[in-house]
Amino acid sequence: MSALLDVERLEVGFGGRTSAVRGASLTVERGETHCLVGESGCGKSVTALAIMNLLARGGHRSAQRLAFQDEDLLKLDERGMARLRGNSMAMIFQEPMTSLNPAYTIGSQMTEVMRRHKKVSQRVATDRAADLLGRVGITAPGLRLGQFPHQLSGGLRQRVMIAMALMCEPQLLIADEPTTALDVTVQAQILRLLAQLQRDLGLGLLLITHDLGIVARIAHRVSVMYAGEVVESAATAQLFADPRHPYTQGLLRCVPVPGKQRQDEPLGSIPGTVPRIGPGFEGCGFRDRCSFADASCAHTVPHQTAAPGHDYLCRLAP
Amino acid sequence: MTATAQPAIELRSVGKTFRVAGGILGKDRRVVAVDGVSFAVPPGGVLGVVGESGCGKSTLARLILGLLTPDSGDIAVEGQRIVDMDRKARARLIQPVFQDPFSSLNPLTRIRDIVAMPLQAQGSFSRAEIAKRVDEMLERVGLPGEMGNRLPAELSGGQRQRVAIARALVLRPRIVVCDEPTSALDVSVQAQILNLLAELRRDLGLTYLFISHNLAVVEHVASEVAVMYLGRIVEKKPTQALFHSPEHPYTKALLASVLTPEPGLGVPDVGLGDVMPDPANIPPGCRFHPRCPVAESRCSTQTPPLRPRPGGGVECLLVP
Repeated sequence: MSALLDVERLEVGFGGRTSAVRGASLTVERGETHCLVGESGCGKSVTALAIMNLLARGGHRSAQRLAFQDEDLLKLDERGMARLRGNSMAMIFQEPMTSLNPAYTIGSQMTEVMRRHKKVSQRVATDRAADLLGRVGITAPGLRLGQFPHQLSGGLRQRVMIAMALMCEPQLLIADEPTTALDVTVQAQILRLLAQLQRDLGLGLLLITHDLGIVARIAHRVSVMYAGEVVESAATAQLFADPRHPYTQGLLRCVPVPGKQRQDEPLGSIPGTVPRIGPGFEGCGFRDRCSFADASCAHTVPHQTAAPGHDYLCRLAP
Repeated sequence: MTATAQPAIELRSVGKTFRVAGGILGKDRRVVAVDGVSFAVPPGGVLGVVGESGCGKSTLARLILGLLTPDSGDIAVEGQRIVDMDRKARARLIQPVFQDPFSSLNPLTRIRDIVAMPLQAQGSFSRAEIAKRVDEMLERVGLPGEMGNRLPAELSGGQRQRVAIARALVLRPRIVVCDEPTSALDVSVQAQILNLLAELRRDLGLTYLFISHNLAVVEHVASEVAVMYLGRIVEKKPTQALFHSPEHPYTKALLASVLTPEPGLGVPDVGLGDVMPDPANIPPGCRFHPRCPVAESRCSTQTPPLRPRPGGGVECLLVP
């Protein structure tokens, strides 16, 4: 059986001046959590939006293949996409306050999705909403359904967003930095919930994050993105044990880990900043910040395999 | 530095409560932001303050900076009461670095002028002296001189935070209050800024109050850590002691929620439930008891006393 989501050589540009995504490939299997990790501006959110065909005006996507359950998303018109979105593929965003409508109750926002896609009665939809709120750990779901988003804490709002995304039993859930706006304690609770739902419902979960701690704890598979490219992809344990791309290695050194680092030692850091890349760019996007770069990095970047399922883009030998 | 040296920052039973208007029909609410907080930071020390949003850590920063006046208690910076100092003297002694380098820099002002502002506000520096100090400071924080002529929008997040640090240090203060200085930054940039702050502290002999919700960051930079919960410091210890032998159940929960990049461990169960703390409605007894995984019935009625520990203490009824 082919993958749940299959993205091959995705390109996203904005107005012919910026190349936000440059030939990124990734797959999400059924029942798999795939983390897309990278720093701001690396193209990870744009990748998610391009998959959902939600790019801002001026954004243009193209790909060799972009298939969800073997359906070619590139051939779907807006109506066809609207039939999938919120239904068999759902998405949750970073800031739950801006993705919930402040003027409608939780209940009406949750049931709307299901009534639209599944043509069920309000009664059936309300029952399912209450059931899912309970499932995401919200006590007194009946009360919450009648409340407005501003009456809920940030953690509760994100739980509501997750419950809402699950209303139509999606196969694929894309979560874009779902816990970045939350406190660490609440973050752990929400991630635990996501991992549990993913297992219980057999979801394919594409989780976008900048936090390698989250990746290590929740992902089955990781793709590291830099300057619009997936520079390394591997099973989670493999990537953390044997990172091959100098960017992945640098990123791992930057993370402070309690008990691992002496205080008087500086943290590892990556000098410089992410370059802005336009069409026609050649070579490795990381070369200006890389201590291993040589002249060849300005034009060719070989695609190499370190182990089965562990690929990276770099001239350094596996 | 002798043990008898005067503390750089000293708080004695500091309290701050805000009134929040309740709307047309609602009653006004009293939000207790800081409640009876006492501690001292020695010169050259770094006190890390951690806690969830709404625990009062940013109010604490503003009180120490003299931007808010406490309702009760005393705050002294290098032995002087902060409320008695005039603004210029205060600015020469203590300076802030805030979280968001996107909103704390005036977008219409060139970098040079942003960094020069504290010097100009003093009114006692010549134009040449100001230019010289600004150049030195920009170089010190790792910004090329030509950046001085740019506007904040032309800089990356990390560069902007360097500007904020340059502005804080240009008056050569003794103390810097850092309120979530790296929370808005990417990990690679966060590491650059943390390394810069550590280097500046060593070279200039600064004292930091370092506020963060990220325990891993606090562990790396702080010499002592204070854990805040609903306006009170529930545990304070030297960093090593706090991380190796946390005693308060809230400290333990915070430590458990740090997701270190170690695959295979899964997401921990923090065990705090989904009751969120509300500073307008502080529970009786131990204020943490509604979320505490080990609370007993007495925790909802008795106020925990401070149990002293070397370099601090812990407020929990269940520890000996």
